[in-house]
Amino acid sequence: MSKEKIQLCDDLSDIMPPEYQDLVATATFGNEERGWKDIGSSKELIEQHSLCAGCPESIAFRYILSSIPSPEDTVFVGSTGCTSLVFPHVAVQNIHSLFGNQNAVASGLHRALKCRFPDRNKDVIVLAGDGATVDIGLDCTMQSWFRGEKFTTICFDNELYANTGGQESGLMQKGFVSKMAPVGKQFDKVRLPEIAREAGCKYVAMLTVSKPNRVEKAIKNAVYIARELGPTYVQLYTPCILEIGKQSMEGLDEMKDAESIGGRFVMKEYITDDAKELLADMEAEKKAKKKAAKAGK
Amino acid sequence: MSQYQVKAGPEAFLAPAAASMGIVLPDPGEAHIEGRIVPEEEAYEYAARKFLEAKVPTIFPGPLVLWKWNENAAAKAAAIRKLAEAIPARLIPMADYRPKYPKIEPAVEINPNHPNLTIWYNKIDVCIFVGVHCHQANLALKIIRGGTDCYTMAMCAQAGHEDACLSFRDATVEKIQKLQEAVEKLKKQGVKSQAIPFEQFKTACTGQVA
Repeated sequence: MSKEKIQLCDDLSDIMPPEYQDLVATATFGNEERGWKDIGSSKELIEQHSLCAGCPESIAFRYILSSIPSPEDTVFVGSTGCTSLVFPHVAVQNIHSLFGNQNAVASGLHRALKCRFPDRNKDVIVLAGDGATVDIGLDCTMQSWFRGEKFTTICFDNELYANTGGQESGLMQKGFVSKMAPVGKQFDKVRLPEIAREAGCKYVAMLTVSKPNRVEKAIKNAVYIARELGPTYVQLYTPCILEIGKQSMEGLDEMKDAESIGGRFVMKEYITDDAKELLADMEAEKKAKKKAAKAGK
Repeated sequence: MSQYQVKAGPEAFLAPAAASMGIVLPDPGEAHIEGRIVPEEEAYEYAARKFLEAKVPTIFPGPLVLWKWNENAAAKAAAIRKLAEAIPARLIPMADYRPKYPKIEPAVEINPNHPNLTIWYNKIDVCIFVGVHCHQANLALKIIRGGTDCYTMAMCAQAGHEDACLSFRDATVEKIQKLQEAVEKLKKQGVKSQAIPFEQFKTACTGQVA
């Protein structure tokens, strides 16, 4: 599917609400070069959302949705959490799974899509919070990695259960006291990026969403590698400003602090050798295409 | 046999699912009128008469006929447009099933989660759903029957809807055209449309243009 499939019927297009007409006319469906720089100049695949004002998760959603290489051929699998409040507003196919089942659902979905569309790249992307990924759904998450399922898992790490009042999660930092965990976290933050690497992920990245170009690169790498080689994992720090006592405008500063030297979210990436090779080949191909296009002009 | 009839509401805050009251779906070649299984031909005439009697007859096209996901969808859209012109009826789209914020504009859109708002706002007394996925159509039909006095009809591409006051099944382009022909036949026989004069709104990327 590409942009020509996302069209309105001629006989009824003049009664469709303007936002859908705009989506057809100016969204970046079918554009392989789409990226975060399209935000503001094209119709976004998410506009209104139901998250709190200033929530870094909403920023993450914007960057991810503008970065996925082919939204028309992508299906998101979500799970219970703040992310599940957003999916009803997103102009990309998505499935809501039971809490923690997201990677199992994605495994089945990916296999079904492979049978149904054998000659087309259908990207499956799991997008869930840290509760679903690391606590309740760790079994399904890791089993999908052990099996080498070819899809991307994105974890929005806000270090606690945000929309139920701030309970302790496995990704919460040691010693942190939250509203519903008054004693403070007794053990270290689970090192899921390292677990992912050891469990067979071909590409792992951990970063904040303070820098859109980094997020775009991580998401694109993860999707391209998952298409060809195997599971990939991206952990994004999206702090819950309400639960850590910050103001709406302080989310960005919090992320910048967390990624500064010595912080919990200094960007890290693990890439297997075959994944590095794939990315290098893709880069070379892209350059050759650009060169050919330039020569053609 | 069930004594229950799927009449226009308002029935209750939580209207019972018609299926739970013993209403069954029609077999191929049949339709149901208020829960009574009838031959399809009878339902065409009954539906056409309902449309012509109505003050604000309205067609709610859903995503399956609004989006050109195949040529059949485009052909259905064309047939729906002609049906709307023949009645004449308003066209108000059910563009998708997402919750709309900050608010839905009931004059130009129907939200399946709050269809009653559009019915109330436009004072719609007879409507037909076409091209709406069954799970959302069932929900919307039940809400409308529960809270409004609108007579609901469904042109379903699957097995029909018990929760509509009148339901066709296995909708095709030809069936939409047959309904249009039934309207035109009644008009030729002298039945006049009671619809309040209106102008179909038109939209573009920039907003409402007419």
